[in-house]
Formats: sequence, C-alpha cells, structure tokens
Amino acid sequence: MIGAQISALALVAAFALAVVLVHDVLRSAVLYGIYGLMLVVLFVVFQAPDVALSQLVVSTVAFPVIIVTALAKVARRERRRR
Amino acid sequence: MTYAPYALAVWLLVAGLFGIVASKNLIHLALCVTVAQSGTYVLLLAIGYRKHATAPIFSDVPRSRRAVDPVVQALTLTDIVVGLTVAALLLAQAVKAHEHTGTLDPAELREMQG
Amino acid sequence: MTRSARIILCAAGLAGLVALLAWGVAGLEPFGHYPGPYGTVLNSVEPHERHAANVVSAVVFDYRGVDTLGEELILFGAVMGLAFLLRENREENTRGVRDRVPSEALRAVGLVAVPVVVLLALDLVAHGYLTPGGGFQGGVAAAAGLLLVYLAGDWRAMRHAGPLPVVDAAEAAGASGFLIVGFATLIASGAFLENLLPLGTFGKLTSGGTIPVANWCAGLEVSAAFVLIFLEFLEEIMAEREAK
Repeated sequence: MIGAQISALALVAAFALAVVLVHDVLRSAVLYGIYGLMLVVLFVVFQAPDVALSQLVVSTVAFPVIIVTALAKVARRERRRR
Repeated sequence: MTYAPYALAVWLLVAGLFGIVASKNLIHLALCVTVAQSGTYVLLLAIGYRKHATAPIFSDVPRSRRAVDPVVQALTLTDIVVGLTVAALLLAQAVKAHEHTGTLDPAELREMQG
Repeated sequence: MTRSARIILCAAGLAGLVALLAWGVAGLEPFGHYPGPYGTVLNSVEPHERHAANVVSAVVFDYRGVDTLGEELILFGAVMGLAFLLRENREENTRGVRDRVPSEALRAVGLVAVPVVVLLALDLVAHGYLTPGGGFQGGVAAAAGLLLVYLAGDWRAMRHAGPLPVVDAAEAAGASGFLIVGFATLIASGAFLENLLPLGTFGKLTSGGTIPVANWCAGLEVSAAFVLIFLEFLEEIMAEREAK
C-alpha cells in the first residue's frame, strides 16, 4: 500500500511538471490527458472511487476535446488569414 | 511519508502558478490553471484519508468497517466538474482574444489599441 | 517587463508562498491520522438515517445538498456565458456541413460503442447512491457518448441525436428539478431539501428517499450542460469549415 501511494505521488508530480514546462500546446494537451490518468490512480489509492470516476471522465474525455477544438479553431483562422 | 501528499499539493499549486506566469500561449495557460486547481483536490483528499481504512461505500463491506472521510470526497467531486467549466470559459476567451488581436501570446496582448 | 524579469520576480514570490504553505501544512495532522469527528459521525450515522450505501452520494445530494445546488447553478451560468462568448460573431449557419468520417471501420466501431457508452453512463447514474458513481460522473459519460456520435460518425448525426432545443430544455429541467425538490420539501416540512420520501431498504434501488430524485436531476443537468459545451466548441470548427 505504501509503495503504491509513493509511486502514485511521484508520477503525479512528474507529469504536472511536464505539463507546465512543455510549451507546445498540442503535446501539452496530450500530457495533460496522461496527467489526469495519474491523478485517477492517486485518487483510487486514496480510497476515493467517486472522485476517481469524476476525474477520469473529465480529464480524458471532456478536456482534450475542448482544447483540441480551440486549437483547431485558432489554426484555421490563422490559415485563412494568410 | 507522513507529509508527502501535502507536499505534493503545494508542489502542484506552485507548478501551476509558475506555468501561468511563464506561459507563452493562452491555451497552455488554461492547462496550468487546471494543474494548480488539482493541487487543492489532492490536499482535500489527503486530509480525509485514514490509515487502513476503506472507501466510504458500504454496499459490500460491513458497516462497522473504518472508512475515510466522505465529506471531502463530496467537495472534491463537484469541484472537478466546476474546474472543467472554468477551463472551458478560459479557452473560449482565448479563442475570442485570438479573433480580436490575432495572437495567443499573453505578452503581446497587453497593449490596448485605441 | 521582459519575460525573464517576470519569471525571476515570480520565482521570488513563489519561494515566499512555498515557505508560508509549508508552515501551514506542517500544522496539519500527519497523513493517515484523520482527527475530525464529522466524517466518523457521518459514516456511522448515514446508513441508518438514509439507507444509502454510497455515503459520498448521500453527502452530495442530501447532507450538503445546497452546495450541489450552487454547483449546478454555476454550471448552468457558465454554459450561458460560454454561449454568449462564442456565438457573438458566428452568423454562418452550419446546417449544410456534413463532416462525415470516411473510414467504414471507424463507423462500425462507433455503431457498437455509442450504445454501450450511453448504457454504461445511465448505469453509473442509476446506481450512483449504491456503488461508486452518481449524477456527475454518469452525466459527463453520457455527454461523451453523444460526442462519440460525431467522432465516429458525422456532424449532422450528432446534431440530429442532440437537437439544440431538446438539450436546452433538458438542462433547464435538470436544474429546476433540483430546485423543485428543495422547494417542495420546504413547503412540506419547513426545511429546504429535507429528505421526506420513504427511505426503502438498504442496498436496493429504492433506498435513499429524495437522493435518487436529486441524483437523476443532477445527471440530466450535467449531461445536457456538457453536450452544450461540446456543441458550442464544435460549432466554431464547423463554422470555419462552412466559411471555407
């Protein structure tokens, strides 16, 4: 149990740093999806299955969709402007 | 191990704040805001955790079994959905800012053209 | 101020913040030693008082129901704000856009996956007060199922599966349903969101009193709100497509 908690904490910290430091937005969005999955593992290890379910659907489905559509809109407008 | 989850919560908040200040793109900034918010989720759940206790759901375990705190889980649950809503609004504003000024860089958005 | 100057100033400020937070966190109980009485009391009292197996759902929809009402209204208002922001300059009508997925294999997978996801989402909502799940989780999953219609099919199919007036009405019904439950119990017994319905047997679907009603209202509202959020963002893309 202790090993699972420590590894979950370490993974969350590492992926949070990756999301913050990577400046390419598309890669950052994908890294954010994986960061959300690490958070789900952490929440399950903390005995919170309801919270883990909520975080799972939000960060793997809803978040990447809105980020990618916002990016696509911006990219299309840039292309149209040229 | 006794204070590691709290340290993680502080780490997430600080990393998110640093990302907001150092970001070169409004959409990346919205992601960093969400990372900072997730620090609060970790803090809430870490406060409610009890050693060798199970989840507060008694459909398959006897009711006398020790369970973790359900109130902080309830708070975090709705917090996650609201966090997504905040991010959606931030992204919509980023799209609108790009429409009006042509750039997504926060540093170039400062000047108001009259 | 240049970017590097900004970052240095931020680092100095964050160092102070870290020191303050570390001092604050050091005053908490060590991880694993939960001190407070609130959680212990709720865990021991709730199965007898409300007959709901999932204590977290009982807390969300009954003991702290006003917080959930506030959160639902936040969601409602935020979707309104999103529509206001994004629809401002969008005159193009996206009715003509098809955006069909060309791969037949993907369409076949979508044909199987969409009903499975929607059923799973409904199951999450229905058993929310017995096992992990609930209105919020199942609502987002149902919205994801509808999104899958677009991702593995075409845009017109998603518009037909979730027509805008119906989704708007569903969101309003969910938010007002929660309010109606609260006001009905206020009129009946003098306390807002008091649990007045028969409590049923522990572990069955008919347990919990007003908790299942609030659960379904929240699920309806959250799924409709997220479908609206997805539709707003996707309409932006489709408008670009139409303009091209």
